[in-house]
Amino acid sequence: MAHGPSTYKPTNAFTRWLDSRLPIIRFLDDTMMQFPTPKNLNYWFTFGGILMIMLVVQIISGIVLAMHYVPHETLAFDSVERIMRDVNYGWLIRYIHSNGASFFFIAVYLHIFRGLYYGSYKAPREVLWLLGIVIYLLMMATGFLGYTLPWGQMSFWGATVITNFFSAIPFVGEAITQWLWGSFAVDNSTLQRFFSLHYLLPFVIAGVVILHIWALHVPGNNNPLGIDVKGPADTVPFHPYYTTKDGFAIAVFLLFFCYFVFFNPNFLGHADNYIPANRLVTPAHIVPEWYYLPLYAVLRSVPDKLFGVILMFGAIFVWALLPWLDTSRVRSNKFRPIMRQLFWILMFVIFILGYLGAQTADDSNLVFFGIELPIGKLLLAQIFTIYYFLHFLVITPLVGLLETPHPVPESISKAVLAKKGAASAASA
Amino acid sequence: MDNANVTRRDFLYVASAGASAVGAALALWPFIDQMNPAADTLALKEVEFDLSPIVAGQIVTIEWQKKPVFVRRRTPEEIKAAEETPMADLKDPQTDKDRVQKPEWLILVATCTHLGCVPSKEMKGEFGGWLCPCHGSHYDTSGRIRKGPAPKNLAVPPYQFLSDTKVLIGAAPQSGGAAPAQHHG
Repeated sequence: MAHGPSTYKPTNAFTRWLDSRLPIIRFLDDTMMQFPTPKNLNYWFTFGGILMIMLVVQIISGIVLAMHYVPHETLAFDSVERIMRDVNYGWLIRYIHSNGASFFFIAVYLHIFRGLYYGSYKAPREVLWLLGIVIYLLMMATGFLGYTLPWGQMSFWGATVITNFFSAIPFVGEAITQWLWGSFAVDNSTLQRFFSLHYLLPFVIAGVVILHIWALHVPGNNNPLGIDVKGPADTVPFHPYYTTKDGFAIAVFLLFFCYFVFFNPNFLGHADNYIPANRLVTPAHIVPEWYYLPLYAVLRSVPDKLFGVILMFGAIFVWALLPWLDTSRVRSNKFRPIMRQLFWILMFVIFILGYLGAQTADDSNLVFFGIELPIGKLLLAQIFTIYYFLHFLVITPLVGLLETPHPVPESISKAVLAKKGAASAASA
Repeated sequence: MDNANVTRRDFLYVASAGASAVGAALALWPFIDQMNPAADTLALKEVEFDLSPIVAGQIVTIEWQKKPVFVRRRTPEEIKAAEETPMADLKDPQTDKDRVQKPEWLILVATCTHLGCVPSKEMKGEFGGWLCPCHGSHYDTSGRIRKGPAPKNLAVPPYQFLSDTKVLIGAAPQSGGAAPAQHHG
């Protein structure tokens, strides 16, 4: 929703002087304090704030690590070990940064799936959604570049496999990969440019985040009911209501984060990355970081190189079409009895694809908790990949047309009061 | 140009904007080309290798141009299997004869043509050659792709036998040798 005229009043001579020259306090007051926000946001809506914190955590810990890290093929691995053993609190800062990447992705996936469930991508928030996809792709690139830097076995072979995606491009593929590497294989020149770009991209992300928030502040927040804000009764000022709610959620999220940093710092990583890179031997089982696993399963499900790479990028690109593929008049899955179930089926499919992405690359039968299932892993990955695309390209447009949604409430305020009335009646 | 409103000044505007655009594009090129392999990288051209310690059936991995290279001393059975494979069974048809200079020595760029992993020497796959651990491509005893996502055979680097036991990898082969380098990436 459009925010009304600014209500900021400078309180002293200095702020009055500044306000007529650079109204930055007014800007911050309008956007971060007074901003009218739907009064019914639940905790799934706190991940935006959590993501801002994680971006700051990654940038600060990363800048500090760059003071000790050496981006050279003969020194990188040892410089990381020196950070772990000799640099004061180096172990802590590196574990914050490596686990921080994972938690950044946990938060971004929950943030994206929240948007899927409540229809936050639908008009008038398409540009907001598209900018979110850009941020996600930048995060994927940054995470990949960063994972290369320790120059362990997984770093090296992960970099090799990912850069080879570009060799699938017809005719110019080989020239492009050699240009990316600066050599005939992943090499010291590759490591140095990856370090440079890994330092750069987080600031690009920060820039796109600003655009993302700008695009959020034009239509205003979506909400669990998915209905538009009708008037002042539907909203509360961002501060103190959501600064407090977001603050509490951030604290709980950081508590989980701290558990991994302090008590299980290598759980989300791979032991093979503590073996220095060896260009002559690929580890027997290479897996990407967990946040790429569903996409990795999509890639491996296709027995053709170029088509596999296209399909993998397509799995993300299909999100960009979603605002126009979803034909439903209703945003929130709260009022969509069929789509709500299909949403959870999609979550299950993505989870299983992630599970399959972590398995060895043969087409033996799937062994799940010690039980051999009578279906090959490859076939299973193909079925789930096909379903994934069907969900977006066929099921979503069809269900939007065929489904009869439940009636949506008249306004946020009425729905909140009705719920409160029911609760007090029940307790009476 | 029949428009009477077009002046000589308009021409100057368009010409200077055009020249600036071309200049900017030209200035961009050094910043793109700096990422291509540097002169010292390009200089790592040839590697000499002594074949004498290798026994029949053994595969050795050496480094050439920062890439791993397999040198495999094939057994008579492996040579026979490679030579007798019908062309119709091959995804990237090529005779074994076109891939070796001496049937006993198979020399290949050890980079899987799928996404660049090194196929495993221990896991030989369904065709007795190599199995790539990353995405399950199977190669035969001539290094040809037989099953899995890889599109091409393992590439044959240019090489030259200096003597019966010495090979120079990266050098153009003498006449009548194997096909020159096919860097499938």
